[in-house]
Amino acid sequence: MKLIESITMLIIILPIILPLTFSVMMLFFWKSVKIQRALNLLATLFSLICSLIIFVEVNNSGIISLQVGGWQAPFGISIVADLLSSIMVIITAVIGLTTALFSIGSIDESRERYLYYPLLQFLLMGINGAFLTGDIFNLYVWFEVMLISSFVLLSLGGRRAQLEGAIKYVTLNLLSSAIFLAAVGILYGLAGTLNMADVSRKIPFIENQELVNVVAVLFLIAFGVKAAIFPLFFWLPASYHTPPAAVSAIFAGLLTKVGVYAIIRFFTTVFIYNSDFIKDILLVSAALTMLTGVLGAAAQNNFRKILSFHIISQIGYMILGVALFSPLAIAGAIFYIIHHIIVKTNLFFISGYVKKLKGSYNLKELGGVYKFYPMLGLLFLIPALSLAGIPPLSGFWAKFVLIKAGLELKEFLVVGIALLVGLLTLFSMTKIWNEVFWKDDPQNSENVTDITYKSLTSGKKFMMILPIIILAFITIVIGFYAEPFFNIANESAMQLLDSSNYINSVLGLK
Amino acid sequence: MELFLPVLVGLLYAAGVYMILRRSFVKVILGLIFLGHAANLLIFTIGRLTKAAPPFVPSGTNILTEPYADPLPQALILTAIVIGFGVQAFAIVLFKRAYQTVGTDDLDKMKSTDEID
Repeated sequence: MKLIESITMLIIILPIILPLTFSVMMLFFWKSVKIQRALNLLATLFSLICSLIIFVEVNNSGIISLQVGGWQAPFGISIVADLLSSIMVIITAVIGLTTALFSIGSIDESRERYLYYPLLQFLLMGINGAFLTGDIFNLYVWFEVMLISSFVLLSLGGRRAQLEGAIKYVTLNLLSSAIFLAAVGILYGLAGTLNMADVSRKIPFIENQELVNVVAVLFLIAFGVKAAIFPLFFWLPASYHTPPAAVSAIFAGLLTKVGVYAIIRFFTTVFIYNSDFIKDILLVSAALTMLTGVLGAAAQNNFRKILSFHIISQIGYMILGVALFSPLAIAGAIFYIIHHIIVKTNLFFISGYVKKLKGSYNLKELGGVYKFYPMLGLLFLIPALSLAGIPPLSGFWAKFVLIKAGLELKEFLVVGIALLVGLLTLFSMTKIWNEVFWKDDPQNSENVTDITYKSLTSGKKFMMILPIIILAFITIVIGFYAEPFFNIANESAMQLLDSSNYINSVLGLK
Repeated sequence: MELFLPVLVGLLYAAGVYMILRRSFVKVILGLIFLGHAANLLIFTIGRLTKAAPPFVPSGTNILTEPYADPLPQALILTAIVIGFGVQAFAIVLFKRAYQTVGTDDLDKMKSTDEID
């Protein structure tokens, strides 16, 4: 009995260990791209299976925690899987798998030779670590693991645009890490511990509550840079459209959401007693994030830049859920994250496929894709309409829950902004549809269909279309069977708002 | 020491912020390094300074007796220094590559990814 228990406890560290093991294995085969591809696929498949087991386990028997090295809870590092963490780990695995497929089809061989696949696994390890850790300093370490891999993935290839984008990305993220580190230091000085559960227990008893608020705001700034909320998002549209499509897809899907996850975790589990103070900041920032993102997108003429600005406006909805701080709103935010990661990654995949077809991301040079590839056009419509919130696709339910929560709390201004932003999103998506798929090809002939595309083998084409189909299918499933997904989001919101379970599970109290 | 370190941390933050607002690559990197050091020293100071009292359990007893220096902030700083070193090394190489590719070290001239095309 004891053995079975310890095995289920060990499984929650596997989403961190598996990518590490596989990326080290890939380093041994660094001359053979084919073996690396296979290992990468295998790693993502195993991670998916593991994450599903963890989810079932957490769903059945509550929060699982593991004390690394056997050190008792507040002294060692805790790895904790609650419902939110396990949901995030599953989505990470799904995106990891689809990106692995898409990379095989789309990444050029020179990048593959320079350790593209091991870096991808290191990135996934950092993301999973950030979702699973229960220790604030450990979260900082996972952020750094994630960041350094993303730095390399972003600049791998060394074209001018990539380097310029990488400089902005690196500088602002290092700045946010420095702020994060300072906040960790001050919090340790105040609470004398960095275990999230322990900090959460001790914060109400700290005399100097003003200083606690200062620390909370420092954390909000540090995570805000990573999540790209209103005044801190400028690195995102400057860098996300520069790397290859597979890289920008995984960045767009997962990286900013790690920041959102950290904000949710901190302002529900850790700083729960200060939510009133934080609420106003978050609410204003959420409204402005939604608006600036969608208006920025309206001005752009580049496929991926429009999508990048839409990441920002969508982050606004998630932050809105945290800011409203009711059970329904938090559940809405979690549902929104699930929906958004799937849809946004898919849109970036499609932009990459269009680039392979037509050799450009610029809307003015594109056109006529629907005429020759109607299936791609239909596959684009599913995530695009879902992003804009057309029923019955997943985005409709996500927006619906958040707006209902907002109306219940009588925050009419923000609800109005959220509805307006939904409309403007539809405008952007129709703009892409018109320019890329519907209008005539400006180069005006059939034989411009790019030479690079003709040279692609049908295997590569299949590898690129398969992840798009998988993600579109998931979007439809979430849309038509929204109830089980929403129930899980709701349960994890309940779990977050009642932090006593989390504290008891981590600290081993009964 | 207790007066000197906070002043030093403040100076490092001021210098770091000033430097990252410059337009030259080298100054931006120096600014990031200063900010990293400032954060490290901040952890060191805020973890309470205890002089010449290593946290050893004296022989014959089972618990630590006051005063002793808290080892945790130092462990945190050590980790942060190593991470900072790696990341800064990467940043320096990246900036050098960018300088070679773009041919300028002026950040104001690196706007091509922000332009609407």
